[in-house]
Amino acid sequence: MIRLGVPSKGRLMEQTFDWFADRGVRLSRSGSDREYAGQVEGAEGVSLVLLSAGEIPRELRAGRIELGVTGTDLIREKLAGWKSDIVEAVPMGFGHADLILAVPECWCDCENLDDLTSIARDFRAVHGFRLRIATKYHRLVRAWLAAHEVADYQLVDSQGATEGTVANQTAEAIADITSSGATLRANNLKILSEEPILRSQATLFANRAAMDPNMKRFLNQLGL
Amino acid sequence: MTLRCDKQTVGKRLLAAFREAGAEEVAPDILLPAESLLDLYGEDIRARAYVTSDPIRGEMMLRPDFTVPVVQAHMENGAEPARYCYLGEVFRKQDMGDTRPETPRDNEYLQAGFELFSHETGADAEVFALFYRLLSPYGARAETGDMGLLLDAVRGLPLPAPRRDALLHHIWRAGRFQQLLIRFSAETRPRDFPQSAASWTGLRSATEMQARIDRLQADAGSPPLPAVWTERLKRLFAVRAPASEAVVMLRELALEWPEIAGAVERIAIRFDKIARAGVAPEQVVFDASHGRTTMEYYDGFTFSFMAGDRGWPPIASGGRYDALTSVLGKGRRIPAVGGIIRPGLLAELEAA
Repeated sequence: MIRLGVPSKGRLMEQTFDWFADRGVRLSRSGSDREYAGQVEGAEGVSLVLLSAGEIPRELRAGRIELGVTGTDLIREKLAGWKSDIVEAVPMGFGHADLILAVPECWCDCENLDDLTSIARDFRAVHGFRLRIATKYHRLVRAWLAAHEVADYQLVDSQGATEGTVANQTAEAIADITSSGATLRANNLKILSEEPILRSQATLFANRAAMDPNMKRFLNQLGL
Repeated sequence: MTLRCDKQTVGKRLLAAFREAGAEEVAPDILLPAESLLDLYGEDIRARAYVTSDPIRGEMMLRPDFTVPVVQAHMENGAEPARYCYLGEVFRKQDMGDTRPETPRDNEYLQAGFELFSHETGADAEVFALFYRLLSPYGARAETGDMGLLLDAVRGLPLPAPRRDALLHHIWRAGRFQQLLIRFSAETRPRDFPQSAASWTGLRSATEMQARIDRLQADAGSPPLPAVWTERLKRLFAVRAPASEAVVMLRELALEWPEIAGAVERIAIRFDKIARAGVAPEQVVFDASHGRTTMEYYDGFTFSFMAGDRGWPPIASGGRYDALTSVLGKGRRIPAVGGIIRPGLLAELEAA
């Protein structure tokens, strides 16, 4: 049996259902809207598991589901060494979001990461502590800043309303997922000119250990 | 698989050798206050420290390194000269990136260390010769460097102070250093700072921003650094040879670059003292870039010992960290040099 993990609500669920429907596999929630059980029609030996998108990486690695739909951002952030356990079966073409670094829009001397590096150095000298970057993507942001040799900063954890941390003076910059940038502008923030830290989209992932003939047959059926 | 008690045995043997060399044993706490100490480390260690919280003491971390707590204890109540030694675990998260390695690196390992606080000029040689004597039976290769040489070299460049300070600040980050050097070697175009209509937000003030803009505008008129200097820096960073050959190469460079002559002679004297302590200079490699990849608090002599398979971390490392003592001593400064050995790696070499 192939257990397919799909986000349990919202647009991500609907778009996932549409994506599979286009490939002849009908996924649906059984019973009422409140029940997290699902049905699969049009494919043999596949069952549907509805989960929070954030839990899908962990469940995939643990082998409690064999296939899962979630954002590349969550897999890369939450699973150190993900390539050893997980196969990226196919990017699904929706749920696009970029992980970006943003600073106050009023900083007219800050266009790119070089500026931020220099500002961080001045900031530390003036304030006696490192410039704070609020994020929940600690691993991705740290690895990216390390690759660009940025020093004099510190990450502060922010699990929600990250755009508000700058106005609240608990951070000087933020690193977060954005799709349209509207929330950033509303909070007087602007994106640095570098390429995003990560371009994320909804992706079908498979547990590497579950890549058996059954799985290959199902992926084949999906045109993969 | 090397047993924990075998690693302890090697560690205790090292500790005994350090005590014999005149060191007093100290045992810093394993749980250390996070906030004040973390700020002293470079991002590498900061990111890898296990941080936890205590309802009364606030943020605490599992000891990621011994040098800082040992220096702190000495600055509070030590007299000089002082020699300290210690043996205990350090804890560092090992993030493997996208692919899990076959044998993950340890996130908890023993360090046996020796730290010397002294104004004596032979301190570097004393510590290095002690480590060499303990590690040469393992076939370890010694590599050394000198951050003082590189810092003097940059200070000696004909650059306006803000440019020089930026280079000094990023000397440990090779890519960023190179990028700055390229920028300083070309004509700078004046830059526009288009005012934004957005309302001010965040802790950084408009005055701070203006100070940076003023600095950048003043900098735009600076003449480019003549190409001969980047060429010399390149030659300096590339010096890597057994000690006596390296000193000859450095002296040659110092003829065109008088600002490094003092540092070069200090290095020559250090190797003389190391030779007199019984270590043949041809056994010791001097690599001018060595210190750029070590801990950021080293600002003078640096050393590491390599052994075992390729890809192994150094089995021992250390160096001089005078500036750290002045940060922790709130202005009071004591010359200090020291290093650590990893007993776990020695135990693996013994078992092989």
